[in-house]
Amino acid sequence: MSSETKQILTTDGIPLEVSLKKAERKNKIKAFLLVAPLLFFLIITYVFPIGDMLLRSIDDKMVTQMLPKTFKAMENWDGQELPEEEVFAAFHEDFIKLVEEKREGKLSTQLNYTKNGFKSIIKKLRRKSKSFEEGNYKEQIMSVHKRWADVEYWRAIKRRAPEVTNQKYLKAMDMYTNEEGKIVNVDEDRRIHRVLWLRTLEIAFFVTVFCFLMAYPIAHLLATLPMKYSNLLMICVLLPFWTSLLVRTASWMILLQQQGVVNDFFVWSGLVEDDNRPEMMYNKTGSYVAMTQILLPFMVLPLYSVMKTISPSLMRAGKSLGGTPFVAFWKVYFPLTIPGIGAGCLLVFILAIGYYITPALVGGASGTLISNQIAFHMKSTLDWSFASAMGLMLLSGVLVIYWLYNKIVGIDNIKLG
Amino acid sequence: MPSNKEFVKFDKVDKSYDGKVLVVKDLQLDIAEGEFITMLGPSGSGKTTCLMMLAGFETPTHGEIYLDGKAISSIPPHKRGIGMVFQNYALFPHMTVYENLAFPLRVRKIQKDEADKKIDKALSMVSLQGFASRMPGQLSGGQQQRVAVARSLVFDPQLVLMDEPLGALDKNLRESMQYEIKHIHESIGVTVVYVTHDQSEALTMSNRIAVFNDGKVQQLSSPDELYEKPVNSFVAEFIGENNTFVGEVSDISGGKCKIKLSNAEILANPISVKGKGERTTVSLRPERALINPSEKMDNIHKGKIEEVIYHGDHTRVRINLLGNPDFILKVPNSSSNLDIKLGNEIKIGWNSEDARALDPK
Repeated sequence: MSSETKQILTTDGIPLEVSLKKAERKNKIKAFLLVAPLLFFLIITYVFPIGDMLLRSIDDKMVTQMLPKTFKAMENWDGQELPEEEVFAAFHEDFIKLVEEKREGKLSTQLNYTKNGFKSIIKKLRRKSKSFEEGNYKEQIMSVHKRWADVEYWRAIKRRAPEVTNQKYLKAMDMYTNEEGKIVNVDEDRRIHRVLWLRTLEIAFFVTVFCFLMAYPIAHLLATLPMKYSNLLMICVLLPFWTSLLVRTASWMILLQQQGVVNDFFVWSGLVEDDNRPEMMYNKTGSYVAMTQILLPFMVLPLYSVMKTISPSLMRAGKSLGGTPFVAFWKVYFPLTIPGIGAGCLLVFILAIGYYITPALVGGASGTLISNQIAFHMKSTLDWSFASAMGLMLLSGVLVIYWLYNKIVGIDNIKLG
Repeated sequence: MPSNKEFVKFDKVDKSYDGKVLVVKDLQLDIAEGEFITMLGPSGSGKTTCLMMLAGFETPTHGEIYLDGKAISSIPPHKRGIGMVFQNYALFPHMTVYENLAFPLRVRKIQKDEADKKIDKALSMVSLQGFASRMPGQLSGGQQQRVAVARSLVFDPQLVLMDEPLGALDKNLRESMQYEIKHIHESIGVTVVYVTHDQSEALTMSNRIAVFNDGKVQQLSSPDELYEKPVNSFVAEFIGENNTFVGEVSDISGGKCKIKLSNAEILANPISVKGKGERTTVSLRPERALINPSEKMDNIHKGKIEEVIYHGDHTRVRINLLGNPDFILKVPNSSSNLDIKLGNEIKIGWNSEDARALDPK
């Protein structure tokens, strides 16, 4: 019906809608120009790097570009028997070009990722290829080393033909594609990443739980104490916030080490023997303790802001209606704090899941998280595409949690302040 | 059934929050069963504190409170079985109206079908049938107020406390709610202790009113007595409108006294003055003074009209009378009073019985 209603005109005879748009256009442009710098900044610092990370994690153009002719010749090869002379000739041509450009070392590194044993035979091939005669490259290459006559190695080369790969993601899950092209687990003694993922989830989960257990009473006190005490308490909560993360982590190292303050206190009070001091650092305990302390304000603040809005007369009403203090708390007060709990838990969990410096310093071998592994590959092995893959997996994990939270609790229910 | 005259008893109750100032001083108050009693007073007069002590949210610093003969100072609030309506209703925002009303029944482990009956009854009492599944946020202020009243009554308490329950409503709604609460009280006979700072609310609703000031009950009596016969100048000032003359007693005899003002002398009814020479404040209700008195009145004086304010059904006239420039008269809007004009000199008369000579403030 609405489409049939008569168009409303302004006094000048212009349709009202057009006139309205005209009037609002200026404001819209102004508003857009105001946020444009921020939008630009976000694109450069956020959208672009994440997009680049995604591309890098699946990018496998390097080998494709180094052996273009070989892969073209391999297109018709079924991979059952050794390839034809044509493939060998194309490979030889690509290889000579690489040697001229001194890039055959990179090729050997890349192929070695796919299958061990390429490094030495490529080195050997480079030496021998100088004395190759024209024609019958298959015979000549196969005579360089017996692996060149092994069809497995040629299959390994062919696997590098596509420009994109999921190998980095599989590797992050301790899996790989085997010779037959099937996705399988790596040997049990070489699995490291799955443990790390699980540990990351476990530590993030328990840190969230500990933070919640500690923050709830603190936030309640903050919200109910008289102003002069609550201000003091608020400063105590925020003080660590204003201290450098490194300083805080370092002070935990001083406190928790075996000859540290906490252990000294335990020994002094007779709780433990001097020669049997517990290890509280360079393991999970260290990560738990330090991360809980550092992330505590992120739980306290949303809880506080929600509790501040709950009228004290509600608890009184609950009691005057006959509820014991516990019933009044559980049925009246607690349900009203759920938005704050949701916000705090989500915040702490997401921060904890990607935590880096603290576990790196106090976590030791058994307390490190996936983020430390990412940093390791960024800085030490320089396998950036692998680091990107793990980073993206972490990011999508966080998004999944966010989505689940939205499904279960509803994101509108969240209250950060 | 003989009703208990001392259903609630405050016995020499003192309350201090900081150990320096007494908010409630030596309170002695008996409330009979089935009574509607209002604690009325300006803010900070200690009335809400008394209510909170009765509910159990504050403990008396000294003295004891008895409920139906039992000392209740050591009983926690949830075991007192007192219904309460809070200032901002304190409805549980995450529960429906039904769940709000079911809360006190559930904690008392009352069977669901019986609870449903009680909830239906309570909701129909405040004419809110059909609102059971609404959330409090979807109700208007007046409806929330009624839910709060229903919730305080649903578990059949013997005593209901109301802490300025109508404070947040607009004027019209407030008036209709006053009658509604009064009718509910009359129909179920529950004892109600009501706190307000609005005197018209107190006058229309209560059986008795306790006027609080400065931590003390200034006067405890029925609304008409409170208005007609205030015992001290605070009550006279606080309840209704009031004309005052400040002066000195020059003679007392035969239930009358002469009060010497700065430039005249008037006759008054000695309430709290005992002898000659005492300072006093004479209080006179505006409607007890008449213009051009026809009957014989023992006080007749002349005054000049300073201001005339038209109020529709009546006209307020401000007169400079016997050195008091703020003497107010309420003149009914009838044709006989048409000569009230600014600047006119008129005769004002009243009976000495209505002019109460009270304490000097």
